[in-house]
Amino acid sequence: MNAHSTYETLRHIADSWGLLAMVLVFLVLVAWPFRPGHRAKNEEAATMIFKDENDG
Amino acid sequence: MVTVLARAGLWLAVLFLAVIGVALAADGGFAIHMSIVALAALIAVWFTVRSADYGAIARGILKMPDEGRYDDDPVRWGVIATVFWGVVGFAAGVFIAAQLTWPWLNLEPYLNFSRLRPLHTSAVIFAFGGNALIATSYYVVQRTCRARLAFPGLARFVFWGYQLFIVLAATGYVLGISQSKEYAEPEWYVDWWLTIVWVCYLAVFVSTIIKRSEPHIYVANWFYLSFIITVAMLHVVNNLDWPVSFVGSKSYPVFAGVQGALVQWWYGHNAVGFFLTAGFLAMMYYFVPKQAERPVYSYRLSIIHFWSLIFIYIWAGPHHLHYTALPDWAQTLGMVFSIMLWMPSWGGMINGLMTLNGAWDKVRTDPIIRMMVMALAFYGMSTFEGPMMSIKFVNSLSHYTDWTIGHVHSGALGWNGMITFGAIYYLVPRLWNRERLYSVRMVNWHFWLATIGIVFYAASMWVAGIMQGLMWREYGADGYLVNTFADTVARMYPMYAMRAFGGLLYLAGGAIMVLNVWKTIAGQLREEAPMHNASYDPEADKPLPGARAAQAN
Repeated sequence: MNAHSTYETLRHIADSWGLLAMVLVFLVLVAWPFRPGHRAKNEEAATMIFKDENDG
Repeated sequence: MVTVLARAGLWLAVLFLAVIGVALAADGGFAIHMSIVALAALIAVWFTVRSADYGAIARGILKMPDEGRYDDDPVRWGVIATVFWGVVGFAAGVFIAAQLTWPWLNLEPYLNFSRLRPLHTSAVIFAFGGNALIATSYYVVQRTCRARLAFPGLARFVFWGYQLFIVLAATGYVLGISQSKEYAEPEWYVDWWLTIVWVCYLAVFVSTIIKRSEPHIYVANWFYLSFIITVAMLHVVNNLDWPVSFVGSKSYPVFAGVQGALVQWWYGHNAVGFFLTAGFLAMMYYFVPKQAERPVYSYRLSIIHFWSLIFIYIWAGPHHLHYTALPDWAQTLGMVFSIMLWMPSWGGMINGLMTLNGAWDKVRTDPIIRMMVMALAFYGMSTFEGPMMSIKFVNSLSHYTDWTIGHVHSGALGWNGMITFGAIYYLVPRLWNRERLYSVRMVNWHFWLATIGIVFYAASMWVAGIMQGLMWREYGADGYLVNTFADTVARMYPMYAMRAFGGLLYLAGGAIMVLNVWKTIAGQLREEAPMHNASYDPEADKPLPGARAAQAN
């Protein structure tokens, strides 16, 4: 396998399956905090930084 | 005893190697650098041997850190280092701005523009920004994990090792030691040293997260962690160099030509993306909610903001190489991803600003909040300007002009500077256990000096950059270029002078910060009128019998 065909192969993976895999992983990660029943957890995560103000 | 001996032995070995380095040095710069390393190792040996508690060791007591308290010593040192390097970096910036305006200020060879320019950029980005990031990350990771910092010895090594990196980098530039890669000028041995320090930093940060007592990892830590990991990757790949001599200060990169250029700007742009954006967003996601005393506007939006930055930023680097030998498709890719970055950036800005929803009065009464709001405003402005400038059509005008310099500074002075000042003013009274800052009104002075300074800087550079771009591309009826390069330089004079003035204002704000932080640490409180009081007029605060008598008549 010469350098040019390595380049072609990698480029082909990058703009087909690689791109698709990246987009899917991205969508799952972004959708994760929106899954049902997650509202309370988000609320808790957002307010946890204030816990240290009233437990001495 | 074994650890004391092992540590002292390790530093002695470093000392020994450094002395050999001085003896065999291939050039004078390397010898000076190895002398600095030897001195640092000697100080480290001395502190290791002196600070050990031999009485406790003799009695067989294993001294364990108090897990019920946060380990804030490195944070305190980091805050002082941030303030110190900040002012040094701003002063260097004002000086080189003056050099561009009045070229006789170029003091050959050690203090000419080309040696002081990397000194300025490294001092503000890596010394000021880096210390701010290390200090705040140590502070925030402990508070949000409700756990004491892991590996206290290693955490201290990271701080002092990073200072040694800064000193080696800065002295190297003045001596003319540079590998000439923008924002990565230090030579190969300094790069290796930073790699060691950075891996230790990662170990301290990740281990603290692992020993957390909170179930959830707060979003600020996500940003800090992505900053640490990505900077490690960028730094190693961009600095794959081969030294000419292992006892010399010169090396050559493994990559050449257009590949080298792409690696350089993949590094350069992601240094902006992960050092100056992700790291400082971590500060924003902790300190803005804390200072406003309200949770972040939308935690979900902060997660979207995070993943979008991670997935998109890494591809944007090629926009630095428009109309070069880089393949067209790669340039277009860089442009498209840069434009895509606009939305997550503004999502993050809106998330930060909307955190103040219902507490907007604090912008009027709390100058620290005012700084943070201004920081977010500049984050929004520069993350709009950046994608716009990455469009090839706009870039054909803006590239290589001072518009780029103006853009960088509206981000650096406005976003990074202001959010760091806000965090410092938040931290200092807490870290030194003071009732409040020495003076809140001086924070207000700092705010206005910095803001007006940025306005002078950005506005003059817009005018200068667009003028330069238009003059460079102006053709006469005969088909020849109308202006020489020197013509454009001559026309820049008033804009350069205004830029230096803006920088001077920003530096003056920094000087006020030094005074304020100094006095706060010393435990003094300035007697001053508070920033805001409900209005009260003692003259009017009385009954009006005269009016009643007048009515009776």
